[in-house]
Amino acid sequence: MADYLDEMDGIADEADPTVGDLEIQNYTINFGPQHPAAHGVLRLVMELDGEVVERVDPHVGLLHRGTEKLIEHKTYLQALPYFDRLDYCSPLAMEYSYVLAIEKLLDIEVPLRGQYLRVLFAELTRICNHMLNIGAHVMDVGAMTPNIWVFEIREQCLAFFERASGARMHSAWFRPGGVHQDVPLKLLTDMADWLDEFPSFFEDAMSLVIDNRIFKQRNVDIATVSKDDAVRWGFSGPMIRGSGIAWDLRKSQPYDVYDRMEFDVPVGTRGDCYDRFMVRVEEVRQSARIMRQCLNEMPDGPVASSDRKVVPPKRGEMKQSMEALIHHFKLYTEGFHVPAGEVYVATESPKGEFGVYLVSDGSNKPYRCKIRPTAFSHLQAMDFMTKGHMLPDATAILGAMDVVFGECDR
Amino acid sequence: MANGAPTMSSNEGVAATLAKSLGAAVLDTVEAYDEISFTVDRKKLPAVMEKLRSKHEYQQLVEIAGVDYPDRPERFEVCYHLLSLTKNHRIRVKVTTDEDMPVPTVTHIWEVAGWLEREVFDLYGVLFDGNADLRRILTDYGFQGHPFRKDFPLTGYVEMRYSEEAKRVVYEPVKLAQDFRSFDFMSPWEGADYILPGDEKSEDGDDKGAKS
Repeated sequence: MADYLDEMDGIADEADPTVGDLEIQNYTINFGPQHPAAHGVLRLVMELDGEVVERVDPHVGLLHRGTEKLIEHKTYLQALPYFDRLDYCSPLAMEYSYVLAIEKLLDIEVPLRGQYLRVLFAELTRICNHMLNIGAHVMDVGAMTPNIWVFEIREQCLAFFERASGARMHSAWFRPGGVHQDVPLKLLTDMADWLDEFPSFFEDAMSLVIDNRIFKQRNVDIATVSKDDAVRWGFSGPMIRGSGIAWDLRKSQPYDVYDRMEFDVPVGTRGDCYDRFMVRVEEVRQSARIMRQCLNEMPDGPVASSDRKVVPPKRGEMKQSMEALIHHFKLYTEGFHVPAGEVYVATESPKGEFGVYLVSDGSNKPYRCKIRPTAFSHLQAMDFMTKGHMLPDATAILGAMDVVFGECDR
Repeated sequence: MANGAPTMSSNEGVAATLAKSLGAAVLDTVEAYDEISFTVDRKKLPAVMEKLRSKHEYQQLVEIAGVDYPDRPERFEVCYHLLSLTKNHRIRVKVTTDEDMPVPTVTHIWEVAGWLEREVFDLYGVLFDGNADLRRILTDYGFQGHPFRKDFPLTGYVEMRYSEEAKRVVYEPVKLAQDFRSFDFMSPWEGADYILPGDEKSEDGDDKGAKS
């Protein structure tokens, strides 16, 4: 008490000038689960020393819906819409791994136009996802305007999804064997026009932040991750590229027509939050480039396999053909049977490697469908990435990580 | 390859090379659908993983998946998916276990295994020996049971609501307004094995089901 009174009077102990602070110890706070910068329902139990983070214990699972268990009780086609609801910011990228896994087990070929359409819309999904993430990240570190600007671009992307599938977000448009329906020609021409317009708008928004002093102060040298750490912590996507490893599944393990696409893989040099942000910004440009190639090269033809044991016939056909009617009925009641076996298929989702480990026992329902989320391994590294940084840096780190809890918790 | 699934480096000779290098630890090697999986001895798992990482360049542990086969003596399969960034190749390593036998942890080889093992523990109840932080991860605080086991019902055992009387969230046994429906789509012509009414009385039970 005497020390405290001395301090009140302005008498400092020469040997220990901050004597009044002796009582203050590390304290623990809850960041989330209801926090606008937690990007959903993340609960971080943080141990702080003043404003410096000593330890972070992320508690995930608050959005656990048992998707994998539900899938085990659905036919293969019924299980597809669950994937939209995993990473609800990039729904088509989630469906992609699942349909490819089924196609690998069934060994069916998708017509070229179907493959182009899937790549086209997967890249549109990437732009759509990065618009949300870039905007949210910028807002997490204090800038308001770019978020509102890029959200307008995101809205335009969602309009394209709606015109293709009828749903803005939960499209369920990729199907085993192709895509559900062909798109009208007007949609493709509108998309080509949009690809000419939106980059200048996007660059405008980015010019506000990329060289902004405050934005750089909040991101450069925050949470640097070395190449070695990125590999050992199971990073993927922009997180591993931000650390300087040019690893992109679209390049190294191409699926569908990605092997025909020409695009560059951006990498970071320092492995900090700014690099991860800039990798995403460049990926938007590259995605637009891939989309242009798709639109230029896309052939005419069917959009889904003609294997009637997997892909249902069109309405018009059913009015004329008894066989088509039977196929339709069988596919929508019993569903198709998938040969026994197990595959692991991973695609490059906007957030990283999104994998599906599908075990089939030969019946019409998956025996086991393990989903490999991207956010799970990234979030696990939160502790070592945040250690020693200030509390407000945690939001920048989370923003640059691009986590969505629908996917993380499943 | 006809289907559009991701392509990677050729599997040719990889399975044989790895099986030879890992020696007696490998119990089974399966190569199907262009993917290689090894079933290895549970006790030798850390040594196998260490060797695969340092000697065979499988740098990344991508995923640990649990699978439940209730009919097998060791009902759980724990599947480790490894990725080589340098060789551009994936393999799968499996171990089998049951409710009581712990699987040795690989957290000392890959830090990322920490949460992945926690997840398998949470959902299947597989124990990991040496994992310092084996708490539940995806299920609710205070959850009982392991929901992804095949004998755990889809609806679960308890449901939660906010009680106006108690002014807090309460847990109650699940009450279904409608019976849980599970449709049987197996065609009787394709190997479904039904016990038809009356058949259970037959002495040697081998005349079950419809004869065609």
